[in-house]
Amino acid sequence: MFIPLFTLSSSVSGIMLRVLLALLPAIAVYVWYYGPAILVSLSLASITALATEAVMLKLRNRPVAPFLGDFSALLTAWLLALSIPPLAPWWLVVVGTMFAIAIAKHLYGGLGSNPFNPAMVGYAVLIISFPATMSHWLSPLAHAQTSLSFADQLGYIFGNPLPGSTTLDAITSATPLDHLKTQLHGGVSVHDAMQSQVYGYLGGYGSEWVAAAFLLGGIYLLGSRIISWYLPVTFLVSLFATAGIFHLANPELYAAPLFHWFSGASMLAAFFILTDPVTSPTTQKGKLIFAAGAGFLTYIIRVFGGFPDGVAFATLLMNICVPLIDLYTQPKVFGQKASTSNKQERP
Amino acid sequence: MRQLFTFHGGVHPPANKTQSNRTPIMQAGIPEKLVVPLHQHAGNTAKPAVQIGERVLKGQLFGMPEGSVSSAVHAPTSGTVAAIDMQVVAHASGLPDLCVTLIPDGKDEWVPRKQTDYRTTPPAELRNLLRMAGVVGLGGAVFPSDVKLRPGAAKMKTLVINGAECEPYITCDDMLMRERADEIVRGAEMMRHMLEAEEVLIGIEDNKPEAIAAMQQAVQQCGFARMEVVTVPTVYPGGGAKQLIRVLTGIEVAAGVRSIDLGVQCFNVATAYSAHRAVEHGEPLLSRIVTITGNVAQPQNFEALIGTPISVLISKAGARPDTTAHIMGGPMMGIRLPSAEVSLTKACNCIIESSPALFPPPPPAMPCIRCVRCADVCPADLQPQDLYWFARSKNFGKAQEFHLFDCIECGACSYVCPSHIPLVQYYRFAKSEIWANEREKKAADIARERHEFHLLRQEREKQEKQAAKDKAAAAAKAKAEAKADIKPEARPAEPDQIDTLRAIVRETAHPEVVHSDAETKD
Amino acid sequence: MFTALIIMSLLAVLLGAVLGYSALKFKVEGNPLVDKIDAILPQTQCGQCSFPGCKPYATAIASGEAEINRCPPGGEEGIRKLAELLGRDFVPFGDDAAAQKPKSVAIIDENTCIGCTLCIQACPVDAICGAAKQMHTIIASECTGCELCLEPCPVDCISMIPIREDITTWKFRFPSAPASRRAEKDKEALTA
Repeated sequence: MFIPLFTLSSSVSGIMLRVLLALLPAIAVYVWYYGPAILVSLSLASITALATEAVMLKLRNRPVAPFLGDFSALLTAWLLALSIPPLAPWWLVVVGTMFAIAIAKHLYGGLGSNPFNPAMVGYAVLIISFPATMSHWLSPLAHAQTSLSFADQLGYIFGNPLPGSTTLDAITSATPLDHLKTQLHGGVSVHDAMQSQVYGYLGGYGSEWVAAAFLLGGIYLLGSRIISWYLPVTFLVSLFATAGIFHLANPELYAAPLFHWFSGASMLAAFFILTDPVTSPTTQKGKLIFAAGAGFLTYIIRVFGGFPDGVAFATLLMNICVPLIDLYTQPKVFGQKASTSNKQERP
Repeated sequence: MRQLFTFHGGVHPPANKTQSNRTPIMQAGIPEKLVVPLHQHAGNTAKPAVQIGERVLKGQLFGMPEGSVSSAVHAPTSGTVAAIDMQVVAHASGLPDLCVTLIPDGKDEWVPRKQTDYRTTPPAELRNLLRMAGVVGLGGAVFPSDVKLRPGAAKMKTLVINGAECEPYITCDDMLMRERADEIVRGAEMMRHMLEAEEVLIGIEDNKPEAIAAMQQAVQQCGFARMEVVTVPTVYPGGGAKQLIRVLTGIEVAAGVRSIDLGVQCFNVATAYSAHRAVEHGEPLLSRIVTITGNVAQPQNFEALIGTPISVLISKAGARPDTTAHIMGGPMMGIRLPSAEVSLTKACNCIIESSPALFPPPPPAMPCIRCVRCADVCPADLQPQDLYWFARSKNFGKAQEFHLFDCIECGACSYVCPSHIPLVQYYRFAKSEIWANEREKKAADIARERHEFHLLRQEREKQEKQAAKDKAAAAAKAKAEAKADIKPEARPAEPDQIDTLRAIVRETAHPEVVHSDAETKD
Repeated sequence: MFTALIIMSLLAVLLGAVLGYSALKFKVEGNPLVDKIDAILPQTQCGQCSFPGCKPYATAIASGEAEINRCPPGGEEGIRKLAELLGRDFVPFGDDAAAQKPKSVAIIDENTCIGCTLCIQACPVDAICGAAKQMHTIIASECTGCELCLEPCPVDCISMIPIREDITTWKFRFPSAPASRRAEKDKEALTA
């Protein structure tokens, strides 16, 4: 007999489904700027994730149907697909997703037990193993001009050569973050580098609008109380503050905080990656520490590290700290606090 | 307006109270047979005070309270005692307990009743009167009221009377307040007098306007100046004793602390009513109001004699064939009864008839995803997801470290859990395992001491035998040497060892079994 | 060169002083390990471990003379606790170990008892009262169920009655969670 006799009609699958829903605007913007290739990698990742999940559940002697239906594998797949270049070859998506689901999720005990964000583990494995392939980002500017057809993009993903005289270099470019890093290395100041069309208004032509769409989805999640404000707000504030301090110290060397908000995976991380409940702290204070640390590390890795973006590694590094953070931020229980706190005046 | 306080968390489950509070309280009458358990209260089982075959009068003592925390049990009506034996009682275990079976004669003939004026009676005498009248907390925790009325360490400031009734479906307190507000208020004033409290606050949730109006009117009519009816916001579990004390006074009573030591005490409205009946009318606690609701034709409240079989009440409310379970208590904290044949006890405020159509079972439990919706609603500021993890892995030490015993088992966490994990069941499991471990540990400690004493005694016997032997030998020697005119030496006694033995015997005296404070809801 | 020597010597003296002081300050009387082991043992004093009581067995474990799997009343749970305390691996019960029985209490059939006091002498916790030629009886609350009184009784009037769960000792069961086979396994382990 289950007591309480009735429960709130929420479920794990319902939560995951709403998060997937919140990703849709960003995917739409993505398609607008980069072409439909992303839909291919999303589907590829989804199929791989579900198949891997099913196999792992069978191997681990768990019931397949309820766990496949919880949509958590699908969410991992989508987050990974959104983090890697849309024109990535099919095997890149498949390898990354399989690693995320099989190793990062199931070998640690499956849903609810994995210490690291599976999508970010998948991303980290790919960027370490295949740095060159992972840097071939489709250029939204080039896409606007040459506009590869869906068939061409699909063909390329599955190993066919690009049509006619188009070369890979012509349609891909470094991401704004990567581009800026190279320019700075070459002695160009931030201000001069930013003159390039690549940077758009805030964080990069095209990609800033994808980031804005992630923000929109995030606001929907906040509004529907799927996620709490602690993680995203703290992360963005921390990233902004760190970037702001450096920018104020030397605006020629360090880009403006808003650029860091709207480039790379900042918005995706703030609302969809850090907010993964399994791999983030459970206490409110812990969430603040976790997100602040992630924001700080993201900036440090972006600006001083060897990788184009710092979100994945910052997330994974903070994931390691979660048990410790939770242990040291246990809230006071009823009766241990000062007795007359949170007073509330009644009208 | 009075300043109110809040507590962390809480949920707003659908109240479902209107089904059962539209008709007045109905008298359930005298059934063919009454089975009265002798252990209906927190503390020690009452000692049988009647014989099989004896004719008893209404209100005659069935069970005598034993020990400092115990309460009396009485004959709910006049009749003949048919049996004193083990019968299945209204308990989650489904195990039998000592009960007195009474066959009523239908005359409902009272023992002589003595009315007492509480203003001229010393509190100690009143407490004994309540104890002998079997007055216990009727909110569900059934803690003997006389124990809660003993003076505490602090000067009494506030007496809280709990009319919040926060759990869905239950309306017994609501109906009692609507119909018998006057007597509740008089009972509360008596308790205030006994505790010498400065003020009485009657907390009622704002979803019971009729009860609030009735109680306010009663307070006015009686002219009790230091008494106030306070409307509190509806939130579950706002009717938990600790939560209501917090909301009304701002005081947080931690686990293991007695609220009376902080200058505040809390009683249920039905308890105040029973205390009034016991003192000013000389009527012991023989009946209670119980809500019969859920899958029945006419959900309503009954005033039923303690010991009435639940099935009788259910059929009066209109039993339905598709009922699959009988729940005692509310939908959030209730327990499943072993059968409908168990009898009504003092703890039973509500029976919910459950059917799969009315309460569809939740989907199978999924793993915890640490979403902390449970921590967000926990009224005790606990981390239910951690407690679940520790309870499930049987890491009981860690569970205690994370304040398992601060959990009031309100079920708010299970209510919101998107993985549909029966969290409270895990906590109950962990708590009873810890209690069992403690019992075993205590037994082992006693066995160790007794064994050590046993060994010591054997050793002493051996030494004494040896000493006797030596003495005999010495005597023989002395005899032999006496001829040579040498005085024998006296052997010294062994006072040290005797002292050690005495000390051990003193230590072996058994520590008393301390009952945990079960004042969760009153 | 000399500075290094001086620093090292000073350090040595300082550390020596700290060690010496703590040796005096935190001196431990007796062998705390034996007491810790003894606290885990169930104190039935039954001797099934081949030692004459729980304390001697604890002493033997502490000195490494005995394995940790020799206590049937403690059950596998007890072995697990000992293994954890001593940092050893879990060892299952050997084939020669006495069978595990449900916790029981001895009852004397008072019609048969001849008052020989043999059981009184055998009881390790003095849980039998009686005198020569008088009927004996067992103080059930003190009986550890060690069965040591069965053997000496010349008329076999003592029997062991398993202790049944009653309403005061009843425990809430481990909840069953159908979606997780692990939980089912846990449940099986619990009820086994």
